[in-house]
Amino acid sequence: MEYIIEMLNITKVFPGVIANEKVTLQLRKGEIHALLGENGAGKSTLMSILFGMYQPDEGIIKVKGNEVVINDPNHANALGIGMVHQHFKLVHNFTVTENIILGKEDNKLGFLKTKAAIHKIQSLSDKYKLKVAPNALISEISVGMQQRVEILKMLYRDSEILIFDEPTAVLTPQEISELMSIMKQLSKEGKSIILITHKLNEIKKVADRCTILRKGKLVSTVNVNETASEKMAEMMVGRKVVFGVVKQPAKIGDPVLKVENLSMASNNSEKMLINKVSFSVNRGEIVCIAGIEGNGQTELVHLITGLIPHKQGKITLNNKDITNYSIREKTLSGIGHIPEDRHKHGLVLDYNLAYNLILQTYFTARFQKRGLLKFKNIYQFARDLITQYDIRSGQGPYTIVRSMSGGNQQKTIVAREIIREPDLLIAVQPTRGLDVGAIEYIHQQIIKHRDEGKAVLLVSLELDEVMNLSDRILVIYEGEIVADLDPKSTNENELGLYMAGSKRGEVGAS
Amino acid sequence: MLAKILNYINTSEKRINIISLFLAIVTGLLFGLVIMIIVSPRDSFPAFLTILTGGFRDIGRVLEIATPLIFTGLSVGFAFKTGLFNIGAPGQLMIGAISAIYIGVRVTFLPAPIHWIVAVLCAGLAGALWGAIPGILKAYRNVNEVVATIMMNYISLYFVSYAVEYQLYDLKNARSLTVAKSAQLPYLGLDKIFTPNTVNFGFILAIIAIVIIYIILEKTTFGFELKAVGFNQHSSKYAGVNDKKGIIMAMLISGLLSGLAGAAIYLTDSFGRHLETTEILIAEGFNGIPVALIGFSNPIGIFFSAIFIGFIELGGFYMQRYDLAPEIIDIIIASIIYFSALLILFRGIIIRLLKHNRFKHKKREEEDG
Repeated sequence: MEYIIEMLNITKVFPGVIANEKVTLQLRKGEIHALLGENGAGKSTLMSILFGMYQPDEGIIKVKGNEVVINDPNHANALGIGMVHQHFKLVHNFTVTENIILGKEDNKLGFLKTKAAIHKIQSLSDKYKLKVAPNALISEISVGMQQRVEILKMLYRDSEILIFDEPTAVLTPQEISELMSIMKQLSKEGKSIILITHKLNEIKKVADRCTILRKGKLVSTVNVNETASEKMAEMMVGRKVVFGVVKQPAKIGDPVLKVENLSMASNNSEKMLINKVSFSVNRGEIVCIAGIEGNGQTELVHLITGLIPHKQGKITLNNKDITNYSIREKTLSGIGHIPEDRHKHGLVLDYNLAYNLILQTYFTARFQKRGLLKFKNIYQFARDLITQYDIRSGQGPYTIVRSMSGGNQQKTIVAREIIREPDLLIAVQPTRGLDVGAIEYIHQQIIKHRDEGKAVLLVSLELDEVMNLSDRILVIYEGEIVADLDPKSTNENELGLYMAGSKRGEVGAS
Repeated sequence: MLAKILNYINTSEKRINIISLFLAIVTGLLFGLVIMIIVSPRDSFPAFLTILTGGFRDIGRVLEIATPLIFTGLSVGFAFKTGLFNIGAPGQLMIGAISAIYIGVRVTFLPAPIHWIVAVLCAGLAGALWGAIPGILKAYRNVNEVVATIMMNYISLYFVSYAVEYQLYDLKNARSLTVAKSAQLPYLGLDKIFTPNTVNFGFILAIIAIVIIYIILEKTTFGFELKAVGFNQHSSKYAGVNDKKGIIMAMLISGLLSGLAGAAIYLTDSFGRHLETTEILIAEGFNGIPVALIGFSNPIGIFFSAIFIGFIELGGFYMQRYDLAPEIIDIIIASIIYFSALLILFRGIIIRLLKHNRFKHKKREEEDG
C-alpha cells in the first residue's frame, strides 16, 4: 500500500505513433511527483489515460492498490483524481463559488445550498492559504487566482490526487512562487500531486521525485534532490543541453523598425489598449517587449503586422512608411512574424507540412506558374527545410500538421519565417509550451538571425527568456512602454516591479 | 476473409472514409428493405431487387438524372471545401434555369451553336450572381451564409414563378415555354451510344466542370487560398490572403455551378422538363447536399455519388409496378445520408477493428520471432 496510484506498463498506440510504450508511473501518498518530458514524449497521453479520456491498449492502473478501469473523467473524479488543466475551464460570468460547485451542486428541493458551499470553500481556502474570495466574479480576478479556483474545485470534490498540467505557463514570477508554496502545503496535508512540466527549476524547487519520458518510453524515475538539473535535462532530451544562452555582444546598426505614437482604443470602452507607443528596433539587436499577459502586447504586434487595421500613429520599416500597407505588402517588405497563437494564426492545421511552409510564398515564381502550383519545387523546398531545421513528423512533407507535436509545429513556423530572411523578425512567445531542447534550438535560431544583421522584436512573458535573449528590454504596462532597460544593468526583481506597474522609468526616445 | 480485407486497407484516411461510406450505403439500403417488408411483405424482395438492378435497364436515363446532381453536388461540395455551407443551390439553380429559358425562348435571332452556348453562359452567370450576394454579405457583414442562401432561395422561387406566369407561359400545357430548337443542348453523338436518346451535352459539361473544379482545388494557387480560408480564416489572413475575396469567389463559383444545373435540366425539347408555377423548390438543388456528402466533397467522389443516386432513383421508378410507392427511394437516400452522418461512428469501429487486427498480427509476429 505504499503507492496511491500505480500505472504499470501502460502502452497506448495511435495510428502511426506509439504514444506510450510500457510506461510505469508510481505515485506515493503525499509526494509531489514531477512528470518531465519533451513535447510529444507522451506526458499528456499518460495523464489523459489516468484521467479516463483514453483507454490504454496494454497495462493496468491501480488506485490504492486496487486494479481499476477508468472509463471517463467523472469516473476519475469519483476515484479522487482531479486535474488543473493548462487552459482553465471556468465560466467567466459566474462567481468563484458558482464555478466550484458547478457539476456538483448540492440542493434542497431543487434550491441551491449556496451558503453551505461558500462556507466550505472559505474554510478550504483558509486551510490551504489560497486567498480566494468566494463571491468574486471570475472575469474580475487575476489569472493566478483563477488557477487557485481550479485548485479549490478539486479540493471541494475531496480529490486525493491532484494533477497539474503545466501550471506556471501563465503566471508572473510572484504568482509562481506562491503556487509553489501552495503545492508544498497541499502535499503536507497528505494530498499527492503529479506536476507536468518541462521547467527544471520548478521541479528542483518543489518535487520529491521525477519521472522522465522520452519518445513515449520511460527513461527513469529519480529522486530530485539527488539529481542535478543538467542530468535530468540530458535524460529528457537524450543529449547534453546548453543552459543559458551563449551569444556575442550585439553589433547594432541602422534602425529597421520605427514605431511612432501608435495608439489604439478598445472597441467597447474608452480605455486605450495601446497608448502613444514609440520605439525603434535596430539591425543586429534583439529588443524584447516584456510584460504580464494582456497589457497590449498582442495588439501592438497585430498593429505592426497588419492583423488589426491601423488606427493612429506611424510605422516605418527601413525608412519606408508601411503604416497603411496590407498584411501581404508588409510581409513582402521584410517582416517575419512568429505569432503568439500558432494554432489560430500560425498554421493551417489541416494542410500538410509542405503547404504550411509556403503559406506566405505560394504565389511566388518559385512555387507557381500561371496560377498552377509547382509541386516538385514545393515538396523539394519542404524536404530541404525539414532537414535543415530538423522538423520531425510521421510522413515528412505530407504530414498533416495537426498530427505533429507542438514543438515541431513551432519549428515549422520558425523555419518558414526565418528562411525568408526578413529584415525584421517579430517573435511572440516563440518558446511557449516547448521543452528545453526545442527552446534551446529556437533561441539559437533567433540569435543567428540577429547575428546576420537583422532586427528582432521579441515579445515574451518568460523572464528567463527576456533576461537571457534580449539586448534591450522595453516593459509594457497597460498599453504603454514604461521602461527601456539594459538587461545587463537590471534584474528580475526590478523588471517584475515595472511589469506590475508599481515603478515607472524614463523612456528615452531611442 | 474480413481480416484479410482489413489488413489490406491501411489506416489512411481516404480508405477508411470509403469503407465507412460503403457501410453507410449498405445499411441505408437494408433499412429501406426493412420498411418495404413492413409495407408490403409479398412484393418487398422483388421490388428491392428492382431498385438494385433497374438502373441497368437504361444507363442513358441514369446519366441524365445524374447530370444536374453532378452540378449541384459540385456546387455544395466546392463551398464545403472552402468552409462555406451553400444551402442556396435550389435558388441558384432556378435563377439559372429561368435565365436559360428566357434566352432560349426570347433571343431567337442567334444561330444554333451560339444560341445554346449563350443560354448556358447566362444560366451560369445568373447562378453566380445569386451565389455571390450571400458571399458579399458574409465577407463584409458576417451574415451567416446558411440563412442568407435560404432566403435567396425563396426570392428566386417567387421570382421564377412570376417570370414563368407573366413572361414565358405556355397556356396550353400550363408550364414554361419550350426553348427554340437552336437553344436545346445538342446530343453530340451521345444519342448514338445511349438509346433512347436522353443524354446530351449537359453531361459532357458536367464532366468538364468536375475536371475544372478538381484542378482549381488541387492544383492552383487560387484553390490553395480558398481551401486555406476554409480551413482557418485567421491563419489565411495572417498569411496575407484576402479572405473576403476568397469567400466571395467561393460563393460565386458555387452559385455558377448550380446555375449550370438549371441549364442542363431545362434546355431541352418539349418532351423534357419545364418550369411550372407550383412554387416548389427544384429537388435537384437540395439533393446536391447529399450528393456532396456522399462524395466527400471531392469532385471525383461527387461524380460517383451522383451516378449512384441517379441509379437507385431510376430503380425506384421501375419499382413502381409493385405495390410500393417510389418515395421509398427518398427514404433510402435519406437513410444513407443519415448513416453517413454517423460515418464517424463507422470510422471508429473500422479503426478499432484495424488496430485490433494489427495488434494480433504484431503479437503473432512477436511469438513467432
